[in-house]
Amino acid sequence: MNYLEHIGKYFIMLRRVFRRPQRSKVFYEALLKEIEDLGLKSLGIIMFISFFIGGVIALQTALNLDSPFIPDSLIGFAAKRSIILEFAPTFCSIILAGKVGSYITSSIGTMRVTEQIDALEVMGINSLNHLVLPKILATIFFYPFLISLGMFLGIFGGWVSGVLSGLFSGADYIEGIQTDFNSFLLIYAIIKTLIFAFLIATVPSYHGYYVKGGSIAVGKASTQAVVWTTILIVISNYFLTQMLLT
Amino acid sequence: MIIVKNLKKGFGEVEVLKDISATFHPGKTSLIIGQSGSGKTVFLKSLIGLHTPEEGIISFDGRINTKFSEKEKQQWRQEIGMVFQGSALFDSQTVEDNVMFPLKMFTNQSHAEMLARVNFVLNRVNLENSNKKLPAELSGGMQKRVAIARAIVMNPKYLFCDEPNSGLDPQTAIVIDKLIQEITDEYKITTVINTHDMNSVMEIGEKIVFLKDGKKAWEGSSEEIFKTDNEAVVDFVYSSNLFKKVREAYLSGKK
Repeated sequence: MNYLEHIGKYFIMLRRVFRRPQRSKVFYEALLKEIEDLGLKSLGIIMFISFFIGGVIALQTALNLDSPFIPDSLIGFAAKRSIILEFAPTFCSIILAGKVGSYITSSIGTMRVTEQIDALEVMGINSLNHLVLPKILATIFFYPFLISLGMFLGIFGGWVSGVLSGLFSGADYIEGIQTDFNSFLLIYAIIKTLIFAFLIATVPSYHGYYVKGGSIAVGKASTQAVVWTTILIVISNYFLTQMLLT
Repeated sequence: MIIVKNLKKGFGEVEVLKDISATFHPGKTSLIIGQSGSGKTVFLKSLIGLHTPEEGIISFDGRINTKFSEKEKQQWRQEIGMVFQGSALFDSQTVEDNVMFPLKMFTNQSHAEMLARVNFVLNRVNLENSNKKLPAELSGGMQKRVAIARAIVMNPKYLFCDEPNSGLDPQTAIVIDKLIQEITDEYKITTVINTHDMNSVMEIGEKIVFLKDGKKAWEGSSEEIFKTDNEAVVDFVYSSNLFKKVREAYLSGKK
């Protein structure tokens, strides 16, 4: 199947996904479960990685700025910019594409190969709407909070690394964070997060829903889903940056 | 009553179903038999609307399923119960939730009413005290019984079963066969079963349609199948040594 066919099939899938749920009570139950599975269960990894990467960003910046003419507050400024603009929305989304994307593809793919999706269709349920829409809404609603938490912990990790290593003072770091604060950068990061969240929910769902074969096919589809979601995040990141910041 | 007329279905260049016609009566257990690859599953999936036929008509009590509006299709779907080959239970849900799922989706019953109905059908398939178990905690036979319970919970008019005995030991297979037949008699359901299990043919086959290479090669009752001279049926039925000996004994007049 060529790429154009996949793109066409992906959009046809989306058309079936965006329908009114057949039973709102069942839908809300599914939505809460997806928020737990796709969002809350990712909190730990995002908090852990954000804290340490934030620390590393601050340390690397401090180690590479050895000129006496450059103020130490620049470390906080650079760490803040790197974390808000790229690390939290993009890097964390790529991590989530791996963790959540493979989970989505394997769970939907297993439902496909074990005929659970056929069972839904026979009952008269729009299986795409039932399975995929709660995932899209869960990621779109929850990931901005997750990424915001990543930003906060990344910046905090930078401060902790400076204080513990003695490479820069906490006061200089905080001064850097407060310098030239532009709230649009936060909006830019959230816009990126929303688009990445949509990709993280829909691309793996597509790979899982249309899988053919058995367990090996599900495994291959999971790998493909992670690769394609990552590629699409990177490409859309480039275009979004050009559109919103230039 | 389900009437199938001149059904054709293919995938790309491969023609799988070639002009099949058949009639399935209410309150009777009809069996589709044939070797692997003969088109049984495609035929069954065409009946339940998972495959769209290229040509032909499938009529459910006079209603042609390819001409349904969205609303009619929805209504028709709720008249169908399906037992899949691998049971197709939702593995993240308990037995109770699996059976309750169609009720939650399509009725306005209270939780107590739904629970009463779930317990009734679980008792009907002889599965008490398993409500809170997950499908993975059940044996193959128990999973099949849950699948039957889920299929009948909405009081269907039509019940379809794809290889309900596959992967089961002979004793459990007989239990499942008997259960399907009892339910068919009790609720006057039109039941269509895909199988290649000759024991099922002997036990519950009131009407048998034999498929070979996507064509209907023979049609008759379970008594007639052992008397027919149709070469394709004889080859299929007597591929087992046990049935070969039964036939030899029958032809030589022994009991």
